[in-house]
Amino acid sequence: MHPCDLIVVGAGPAGLAAAATAAEAGLQVVLLDEQPRPGGQIYRDVDRVAALRGGILGKDYAEGQALTAAIRRDGIAHLQGAVVWAIEEGIRVSYTRAGQAAQVTAPRLILATGALERPMPLPGWTLPGVMTAGAGQILLKQSGVLARRAVLVGTGPLLYLIAAQMVRAGTPPLALVETQTRADLMRANRHLGGALRGWPYLAKGLAMLAELVRARVPRHTGASDIAIDGEGRAEAVNFRSGGKARAIACDTVFLHHGVVPNTQAARSIGVPHRWDAAQHCFNPVVDAWGGTAVAGVFLAGDGAGIGGAHVADLGGRIAALKVAEELGRLSADERDRRAAPLARQRRQQFAVRPFLDAAYPPYAGALAPADATLVCRCEEVTAGDIRGYAKLGCIGPNQAKAFGRAGMGPCQGRYCGLTVTALLAEANGRTPDDTGYFRIRPPLKPVTLGELAAMEDGVSDAAE
Amino acid sequence: MKTASPFLELEAAPARVRVWFDGEPLHLPPGANLAAALLAAGVAVFRHTPVSGAPRGPFCLMGACFDCLVEIDGVVRQACMLEVEEGLRIARPHEAEAGRAPV
Repeated sequence: MHPCDLIVVGAGPAGLAAAATAAEAGLQVVLLDEQPRPGGQIYRDVDRVAALRGGILGKDYAEGQALTAAIRRDGIAHLQGAVVWAIEEGIRVSYTRAGQAAQVTAPRLILATGALERPMPLPGWTLPGVMTAGAGQILLKQSGVLARRAVLVGTGPLLYLIAAQMVRAGTPPLALVETQTRADLMRANRHLGGALRGWPYLAKGLAMLAELVRARVPRHTGASDIAIDGEGRAEAVNFRSGGKARAIACDTVFLHHGVVPNTQAARSIGVPHRWDAAQHCFNPVVDAWGGTAVAGVFLAGDGAGIGGAHVADLGGRIAALKVAEELGRLSADERDRRAAPLARQRRQQFAVRPFLDAAYPPYAGALAPADATLVCRCEEVTAGDIRGYAKLGCIGPNQAKAFGRAGMGPCQGRYCGLTVTALLAEANGRTPDDTGYFRIRPPLKPVTLGELAAMEDGVSDAAE
Repeated sequence: MKTASPFLELEAAPARVRVWFDGEPLHLPPGANLAAALLAAGVAVFRHTPVSGAPRGPFCLMGACFDCLVEIDGVVRQACMLEVEEGLRIARPHEAEAGRAPV
């Protein structure tokens, strides 16, 4: 068992910034990350790829190199390819790396586990060839792999970013099928004053839209009744837009209607979460430092509430300053002096969010899917099944597991949890907070007996 | 089930190694992300679900959805969390028990 001052889980912008800030203050840091190279999803593989495809991916992507460079220093043990499967108070983290389980302990933990795509259950979303827009980005970033005939479906800035990157790579998407309406934009305009404080963000958005117009990528807005058709794999997207039924033949569909905090690790140690009506998701309850109700546990980055890469970076630094002060490496005055400008920048970065939330709301047809639509991909449970459980008296997601195994497959509810909560809340006339969420227990990721047997200090409590 | 790939690769890989998917040889770039390399090689269906036998392929490519599960050396693992290595023998998980695939 490896002792240190601080464990950071996740090597995206929040985790990288937290680790570097803590090490600068003199802490011994262990940084655990599942991927073979640092960057998280937003800066995936940036050290290798920025030189290769920086022109396609854009300046914002290449900026990630500053964060990865900052962790190559004394005081940080970056364990790449480390899959965390249990976290216990104390704090002890169990993980698997290169076929061997191991544990690390520390008085403080910063979870920087990032975001997941908001589940977008619609007819045909489980067909091969249907992926998240994030997956499309990962293919392009890490592997230089592009879909030849793709339709982008959903709403929000990430959809424009991936479309613009595909245009730059010479393989524009066949079309964008966008679910936001003119009325959404009108409603969003009242937040425009606030959003202008974050004007560089808006300017980037307009520049991306101009790229799509120049490339003549067809955009269908206000889309509804979206369904993906195909025999054994995605072959077409069907939808209604402008009062007409439309169909676009394709091989690949990228889905996106926002991202939500990946709450699995935080929930597994009992961090309380609360429903955020504006973002249609659960957010963990954190203080201004990222501190939680669980002793010694901090959250930073999108996992603490969606804010994007810059907010994540700032949140990582702020949490690390607090940890350094608590462990006696910084005075409270010094902590506050250094945190103040970071907090100010974070407020400025957040200014654009109310506009984005209103302009690009999640697709209503996927928040409350039709009865026949699969919501739990793993156990193949439909929206109608969940509504049926409610009629039989099921009031919460944990009960729903007993009714029909929703959330009990290998993904452990990551891509159905929010839908199951929303369906039960609606059917029972209760709030999402009262309805609750799946109870998340270790192992957070599968671990084999062989990996446990190979554990350095033998199998201990977490594995029993 | 290899078809003309719906995906293209931006750069030609400097080297390729042989792996086996479902008994068929494929030549993939060593060190590449296994799920991405299989997609680029035209593999669409990575597995069939244990519940209904429905075909599935990669969905999130970041280790969260478990839809890209494959079987290697008897262990079912996420293809998106693995790298291509010479000689990998990759099978669709549990196909033999379901009587669906070559043993």
